[in-house]
Amino acid sequence: MTVDPLDVPPDPATPFQPRSGRRGTGFLTEPLRLGTTPSATVGPYLAIGLSWPDGAWAAAEGTEGGIWIRGRVFDGAGDLVPDAMVETWQADPDGGFSSPEDPRGAASYPGFRGYARVQTIDPPGEFGVFTLKPGRVPDGEGGLQAPHVDVSVFARGVLDRVVTRVYFADEAEANAQDAVLRSVPEDRRETLIATPTDDGYRLDIHLQGDRETVFFAV
Amino acid sequence: MTGTTSEGRLVLPPYVREDAPLRTPVGFPDYRSTALRAPLRTPVDLPHRLTEVTGPVLGEDRVQARDADLTLRNGGEAIGQRILVYGRVLDSNGRPVPDALVEVWQANAAGRYRHVVDNWPAPLDPHFDGLGRVVTDGLGRYEFMTIRPGAYPWGNHHNAWRPAHIHFSLFGRAFTQRLVTQMYFPDDPLFGQDPIFNAIPAAARHRAISRYSLERTQDNWALAFEWDIVLRGTDQTPFETDDDGDVA
Repeated sequence: MTVDPLDVPPDPATPFQPRSGRRGTGFLTEPLRLGTTPSATVGPYLAIGLSWPDGAWAAAEGTEGGIWIRGRVFDGAGDLVPDAMVETWQADPDGGFSSPEDPRGAASYPGFRGYARVQTIDPPGEFGVFTLKPGRVPDGEGGLQAPHVDVSVFARGVLDRVVTRVYFADEAEANAQDAVLRSVPEDRRETLIATPTDDGYRLDIHLQGDRETVFFAV
Repeated sequence: MTGTTSEGRLVLPPYVREDAPLRTPVGFPDYRSTALRAPLRTPVDLPHRLTEVTGPVLGEDRVQARDADLTLRNGGEAIGQRILVYGRVLDSNGRPVPDALVEVWQANAAGRYRHVVDNWPAPLDPHFDGLGRVVTDGLGRYEFMTIRPGAYPWGNHHNAWRPAHIHFSLFGRAFTQRLVTQMYFPDDPLFGQDPIFNAIPAAARHRAISRYSLERTQDNWALAFEWDIVLRGTDQTPFETDDDGDVA
């Protein structure tokens, strides 16, 4: 499809009526808004297009202070999902983002990319991302958010990505103040909180079921 | 950069969410795999803070020139109808999205994917792996040469066949703009029975269909199809301004 802002369909219900008074400027009086491209499932063959040898490494291998965030993805029957993709995006330990979109300026943290992408193929249903624990990030309203990682999950049978967050169980004080976490019903918050392990943290993702993960509308 | 800082406060314009009747739902009953996989609970609204309005910079270092030509792999030419697929990546404000990573994957001309779980009896092509990667130029333009993918059966219902399509994965500038989707070809007779296509609300389906382009069709070489991709843009509601044009 071609987007052409000039391609305005005729509307027979409202025939052209010359208007008296001030003429238009020729500029849009309302902001231009194009319709967005609809999403679709990644399908079962995502490994062809979306596999990166370095996908798991949000922080370079061997980076001091590195942690593994590991988990499993489950469907509504409680079965492992062996063909999902999990992507993560997060701040560095100082709370900066390696993105020019950060109005505070793009941060640069040695060995840190902040983004990871992994598939739940081997072992089936499991994922692991090597990263650094994020710092606290301003919430834009004078406060600080608790350390968190934004997560997208893509899979066959899921027509649009679903978004969740990872918080950290050993940040109880910060978590208690976090506006996003507080907006989640208390009895479901634990679906967002990763628990410490020997080499990092663990959090399972449940696409459905009694323990369905809290997903966010972004 | 879309946000600003003002006296220590962060001003982060939110990204516009497409109207619900024009968005693909996460689940769709006729697409059976969604039954146990699409979340059922109402999602919680996530305000667009710094994590959501930023995103990774993934560009040239992930892409080589040969990644834009899927017809030449393993030392030979892929079998099938050669096509040029091109277009622009824009945001919903109409601004081009430059330096954006575009990843594509697809079935071969016979409708077979080079993947262990695709084992229906159609031939693999030794010179086609179905993977392409490009980065948009300064005007948000992308293009790649490939072969037209075939339709294939997929078992969702009796005689279920996917319309020919190419998978696209896109990063814009922000986490909110991430998009994975599929591009279709015009006038495909298989649209009517395909629940993945029909999960898109009727009023938005045309946005997933490419346009045959005679102007870019290459004489004696390849047909061309044009497909523009629109990612979410920011809320451009004008500020009230005083006589000096300053924000009041």
